[in-house]
Amino acid sequence: MDNALTVPKFRLPGFVAAMGQHLPQWPHALALIAGLNAALAFKLLPAGELATLEDKQFRVRVLDSGGEASFTYRNGRFLPIFRPTREPDLAFAANLSAFLQLLARQEDPDTLFFNRELEITGDTELGLLVKNLLDAVEWPAPPRLGLPLGGR
Amino acid sequence: MTSLPDLVCPAGSLPALKAAVDNGADAVYLGFRNDTNARNFAGLNFDAKTMAEGIRYAHAKGREVLLAINTFPQAGRVGDWHKAVDGAVDVGADAIILADVGLLDYARRKHPQQRLHLSVQGSATSYEAINFCQREFGVRRAVLPRVLTLAQVENVIRNTTVEIEVFGFGSLCVMNEGRCWLSSYACGESPNTVGACSPAKYVKWDKKPGAMETRLNGILIDRFGDDEPAGYPTLCKGRFEVRGETYYALEEPTSLNVLEILPEILKIGVRAIKVEGRQRSPAYVAQVTRTLRAALDALAGGSERYHVRPAWQAELAKVSEGNQATLGAYNRPWR
Repeated sequence: MDNALTVPKFRLPGFVAAMGQHLPQWPHALALIAGLNAALAFKLLPAGELATLEDKQFRVRVLDSGGEASFTYRNGRFLPIFRPTREPDLAFAANLSAFLQLLARQEDPDTLFFNRELEITGDTELGLLVKNLLDAVEWPAPPRLGLPLGGR
Repeated sequence: MTSLPDLVCPAGSLPALKAAVDNGADAVYLGFRNDTNARNFAGLNFDAKTMAEGIRYAHAKGREVLLAINTFPQAGRVGDWHKAVDGAVDVGADAIILADVGLLDYARRKHPQQRLHLSVQGSATSYEAINFCQREFGVRRAVLPRVLTLAQVENVIRNTTVEIEVFGFGSLCVMNEGRCWLSSYACGESPNTVGACSPAKYVKWDKKPGAMETRLNGILIDRFGDDEPAGYPTLCKGRFEVRGETYYALEEPTSLNVLEILPEILKIGVRAIKVEGRQRSPAYVAQVTRTLRAALDALAGGSERYHVRPAWQAELAKVSEGNQATLGAYNRPWR
């Protein structure tokens, strides 16, 4: 096991969330959406399932940073929603470490859900679809850091 | 060297299949993206392209791919299941895992060379039933339902030449395998009919202050306090009020874990050990496969020096439903 790449379970101190709630929410919303659209551009997400996401509203809330991002999928692109006017169709909430562990494929969402480290509310079937859609993505392999000087 | 049973691991997606192969599975099992298999959830399973790629990947590394067609053909649509069997042969699956007797018969006659396994959903718990499937359909392996004690498994193995596969790890249900309709009671759909237990469209997680409520088609299944582990939203794992008391009236959410009795399982001649969880993510598949691989390899040199490492148990406990593990029926004293 390669422990160098392991994301530990951690929790940001309480004041971070208190502060985060007063910071503008658009920077991380834009970063998340840029990532999702990049996945679209590389055709990493299957077209058939994407159609189901049309006009659905999503919210990702990072509990211990106080940050949240709302977005939707329309006409083949993910778009940020800066001022949601209704409850999202699907909402995820977890601490930052849990999200990072999910992204690194280090933990399984069911595990985090059983352990109450990940909250999923809203349309459960949509949630399952999104989960399975992300699970099925073949992320490009991270670049190998070889020895710079001709070592074999 | 002791000959080890095959480690058979679940794959609901191509990354999960690769995780199983890369972490030491001898075989992976998977299904088509439709109701011919009992993990028919949105976005899960394999289409023609990913199936072909997955089989290529596994075969390139010398591993087997077992294709589960383990639901029961529905009235008027038997052709869909026949098509799935033909498709499994075409795509080059090493074996097809079937539950329905009619499908076993179809597969045997149409594709006499194809290796067939009897699914756990086929619910064969006696060597008579298994030998019947061998005689009539040429079944080469049977997956035993999780209701037998170790002594009963041994008795089956002694009385058949069919290879025996048993479950080694994963979520437990009420184990009325192939015969459970509890999900249909709540929502009119169950694994045997639509390929999914408690389909997600009927499931609602409601976050309330201090608790989370789970409902299946409106029926309150459970209410978890903030510090309580959650389970799958199935009726069998709900807490219900019975004569004034609220408790797990059918069973508690729990996972099977056979690490402690692995030497005995090897000794009685089990041919393959199966991991549950095609609905889980690649991370789960990697963690569980890696752990069971390590445990099996530790037994390769003989069982005298085998001991269950705390790190293995910790890894498996983490991914378990309900945060608790059991030896299930294998070690119960009564029959």
